[in-house]
Amino acid sequence: MAFEILVNGASHRVETDPETSLLSVLRNQLGLTGSKYGCGEGQCGACAVLIDGRAVRSCITPVKHAAGRHVTTIEGLARNGKLHPVQQGFLDADALQCGYCTPGMVMSAVALLAKDPHPTDAAIRRGMEGNVCRCGTYPRIVAAVRMASKGAAR
Amino acid sequence: MPDYSWPPMEKRKVIGKRISRLDGMVKSTGAAKYNSDINPPGLLFGVLLTSPHGHARIKSIDTSEAERLPGVTAVRVILGAGKEIQWQGQEIASLAAVTEDIARDAARKIKVDYEILEHFVDEEDLAKAGSRAKPAGEVTTGDPDKAFQEADAISQGYYAIPVITHCCLEPHGQTVRWRGERVDYWPSTQNVSALGAELARSIKVPVTQVHTDMQYMGGGFGSKFPADLWGTECAELSKASGGRPVKMFLDRQQELLMAGNRPSVFGEIKVGAKKDGSLTVWQSKTWASGGLGGGNLNADQMPYVYRNVPNRRINHTAVSINAGSARAWRAPNNQQLSYITCCALDDLAAKLGMDSLDFFIKNTSLSPRGEVYKYQLEKGAEIAEWKKLWKPRGTSNGPIKRGLGIGVNMWGGLGHDSKCRAIINPDGSVEVQIGTQDLGVGTRTIVPQVAAETLGLPMPAIKFSMGSNAYPPSGASGGSTTVGGVTASTRKATVNALNKLFEVVAPSLGVPADQLEAVDRKIQVKGNPAKSLSWQAACAKLGVNRIEEMGENVGRTAPREGLISQGAAGIQIADVSVDIETGKVKLNRLIAVQDCGLIVNPKLAESQIFGACIMSTCGALYEERVMDQQIGKTLNADMEFYKLSGINDIGEIIVHLDLRPEMDKRGVIGLGEPPAIGGIAAIANAVANAVGVRVHMVPLTPNRVLEALARRNA
Repeated sequence: MAFEILVNGASHRVETDPETSLLSVLRNQLGLTGSKYGCGEGQCGACAVLIDGRAVRSCITPVKHAAGRHVTTIEGLARNGKLHPVQQGFLDADALQCGYCTPGMVMSAVALLAKDPHPTDAAIRRGMEGNVCRCGTYPRIVAAVRMASKGAAR
Repeated sequence: MPDYSWPPMEKRKVIGKRISRLDGMVKSTGAAKYNSDINPPGLLFGVLLTSPHGHARIKSIDTSEAERLPGVTAVRVILGAGKEIQWQGQEIASLAAVTEDIARDAARKIKVDYEILEHFVDEEDLAKAGSRAKPAGEVTTGDPDKAFQEADAISQGYYAIPVITHCCLEPHGQTVRWRGERVDYWPSTQNVSALGAELARSIKVPVTQVHTDMQYMGGGFGSKFPADLWGTECAELSKASGGRPVKMFLDRQQELLMAGNRPSVFGEIKVGAKKDGSLTVWQSKTWASGGLGGGNLNADQMPYVYRNVPNRRINHTAVSINAGSARAWRAPNNQQLSYITCCALDDLAAKLGMDSLDFFIKNTSLSPRGEVYKYQLEKGAEIAEWKKLWKPRGTSNGPIKRGLGIGVNMWGGLGHDSKCRAIINPDGSVEVQIGTQDLGVGTRTIVPQVAAETLGLPMPAIKFSMGSNAYPPSGASGGSTTVGGVTASTRKATVNALNKLFEVVAPSLGVPADQLEAVDRKIQVKGNPAKSLSWQAACAKLGVNRIEEMGENVGRTAPREGLISQGAAGIQIADVSVDIETGKVKLNRLIAVQDCGLIVNPKLAESQIFGACIMSTCGALYEERVMDQQIGKTLNADMEFYKLSGINDIGEIIVHLDLRPEMDKRGVIGLGEPPAIGGIAAIANAVANAVGVRVHMVPLTPNRVLEALARRNA
C-alpha cells in the first residue's frame, strides 16, 4: 500500500505493508537513521519519535498509524543549525556516552517539556523512565533536561 | 630521547580540563552514523536462523522453500544434518534478501527437524553437574586449619551472583560488501585495527583486501572483540549475492542469547579473624558457569584486594551448561570476586560485632596498596556520613530499614600498544591519526586534548582521524587500556612532530631548536613571547613539505617511561532503604572514590564512573538471566523481563576522583572497568546491614529479600 507521511515538515510517499513499523520506514526507506533499533518491543525507547507532538515507540508503531500525521524525528529538531535546547542540554551536561540511546532520550525529553515546561527533578525522572541507557548517563540526563527547561524559559 | 613527559599539573591548558565531548553534537542530532545505520546502495538484509533448543541434534534441514521466496538472494547452511546443537541461539543457517521482512519470512520457511537431547542449565546444583564440573584444583597458603582453630570469630556463608548479559543497546553485527577483490567491512566493534585481519583469515583473503571502518558504536562492554561467525556469514552472503552489501545485526533476543555474558558464581565461604578484627584466614569453595565453556573465576585472587591474608584454602569448579558462551564483561571476574569477598568480610565483621568500615580499614594492610584504600575508605565514609548514619546490623527501627555497605575494586589499566601519526601541514593544519575506536568513553575528545596541549593550539585546530584500519594500528578497547595507549602514542607523535618544526624555524629565531616552545598558537623562544613566530608563520616555513611523525606506545615497556602506568584502586559505599513489608530495596546514595592516575578530562571521567555505578545498581537489584530448568531455554531474552535500571532506580550517585598530586604523578591509567566492580558488593552489604540478615543471591529482588527475612524469623 502507499502512504503519505509528513516527516520533519516534508511530505513523503512510501509504498509498504501497512503493518511495517514506522521505525523501519524511517531508517530503511527515508534514510533517517537517527532513530535507533534497540529492542523491537517498545521497552527501551531508542526508537522514540514524535507523532503530532507526542512521543511514541516507532518500532511498535505500524506505519499506517502515522499516515497523514506529523512525525518529528531527531533529525528535525535543530533549526538552521541551532540546536534544540534539549540537544544543547545533553551536550553541555555530557548526558551521553556511546550515544545510541540519545536520539530517543532527546525526543522523550522534548515531549516531556512540551507537556511540563518546568518539571521538577522527580517529574523528569518519571517522564524519562521508559528510556534505557546502558552506558549509565542518567544523572547527567536529569541535569540536561533541567538545563533545557531553564534555557527555554529565558 | 626527546622529553615526552606531561607538562606539570599547574601548567596544563587543555589536559585536565572539563571539555565537552567533541562527538556530542553529531550524537545529539542523530547525525552520527553507527554501522547499523550504514545503508550502502543495493543493500540487502541478512538474518540468522538460530536454534530454539538448548541441546539437540539436527535430523534434517531443508532450505528449498526459503530459496524460492522472491527477493531472497542467498541461503547458507551453517549446521547441517547430524550436527549437534549445544545452546539456544546457536547459528544454524543464514540468508540475505532485499528487505528485512522478506529475510525474516524466508528464515521461517527453513524447515529443521530436531532430535531433542537432554540439557543441563542449572549450574547452582553442583551435585547434578557430574562430568560437566571441572575442578581447578586446590590452592593453599599457610595453615588454614590451624588458623581457624586460633580464630576468635569465624563466619560461614553462602553467596551467589547469576549470569548477566552485556545487553548492548546497539546489537552485535556488521555490514559487509565483498565485491571483487575488495571487502568493505562496517562492524560494531571494540577492535577496529585487528578485526579486519580476523575476518580476512576466516574468509581466506589477504588482510590488505579488508577495509574496516567504524566511526561510532553503541556499546560493547567487553563483548565486541571478535569478528564472530556472523561476520563471516555476512561476508559470504555478500559474495554469494553478487557483491551487494549485506547488513546483518542481531535482533534483541539473539543479542541476549548469543553475544556473550558474565559468568555466575556460587560460593561457600568460611573466614576467620582475631578479636581486634585482623583477618587471619580465608577458605572458599566456589563454582561457576559461563555457558558451554564452563566458568573461570581467577579464584586464587581471593580474598579480593585483601589477598595477602596469611592463610588460605581455595577451590573452584567450572561447570559447563547448555547456554551461550561467556565473554569479557566490564572487569571480567572482578565483580564476582569483589562481591564474594566483600560479602563474606562484611558478615565476619558483623560476627565480631565490629563496624564494617573499621574492619575494612583495619585489614587494608593485607592489600598491596593498603594506604590508598585506607585513604579512600575514610574519604568515602566522610561523604557517606558513615559514622553518623551507621548502626549495627538489623537495629534500624520501623518498617523502612536503612543500611550502609562497602565494596572495593582494583584494576590494572595499563595502556595497550598504540601507534599514532601526527601531521603538520605548511598551511598550519594538524591531523592526528590512530586506528582506535571510541566506545563512548571519550577517545575522540582526549586525543585532540593531548595534541592541542603539546602543540600549544586550541582543540578545534586538531583534526583527529580514527575508526579505520587504514590508520596506524592501536589496541582493542578492553581492560581499560585505551586511554593510556592513545594518550601516550599521541603525546609522543606530537612531540616528535613539534621537534621537527622547531628544527625548521630555529634559524629564523636565532636560537637552537631545543630552546623553543609552542605556546598559545606561537613558536617562541622559551619564556620570551617577544621572540616568536605565529603557528601559521612557523608552518609556512615548511615550504612544500609537511611533517609526518609517528609515536608509539608499547604497553610492556611504557611504565618505565612515565607517561602512563597501571594499578587503579577504588571503593564504593552504598546507602539503601529497604521496605521489609514489600522487600523493595531503594538506593539512596552510591558513593564512588576512585584513583586512576592523571585524569585527562574530569568531566568524561566522572561520566564513566556514573555509568559504572549504574551498571552496579543493575547487577545488584535487577539484572539476571533466568534459565528454565524444564526446557533448557532462557526465559527472559528480551528487555521486558531482562531488567536494567531506569532513570528512577538509581538514587544519588556521588563521584569523588582522587586528584591528589601524588596520584597525578603516576601518569595516565585506565578507568573504564574499576568503578564497575565494587558497587554490587556495596549494595548487597548495605541491604544486609539494613535488614539484619544476608540475602544470599543478587539481584536483591523483593522476593529474595522477603525470603531472607522469613528465614531469619522462622
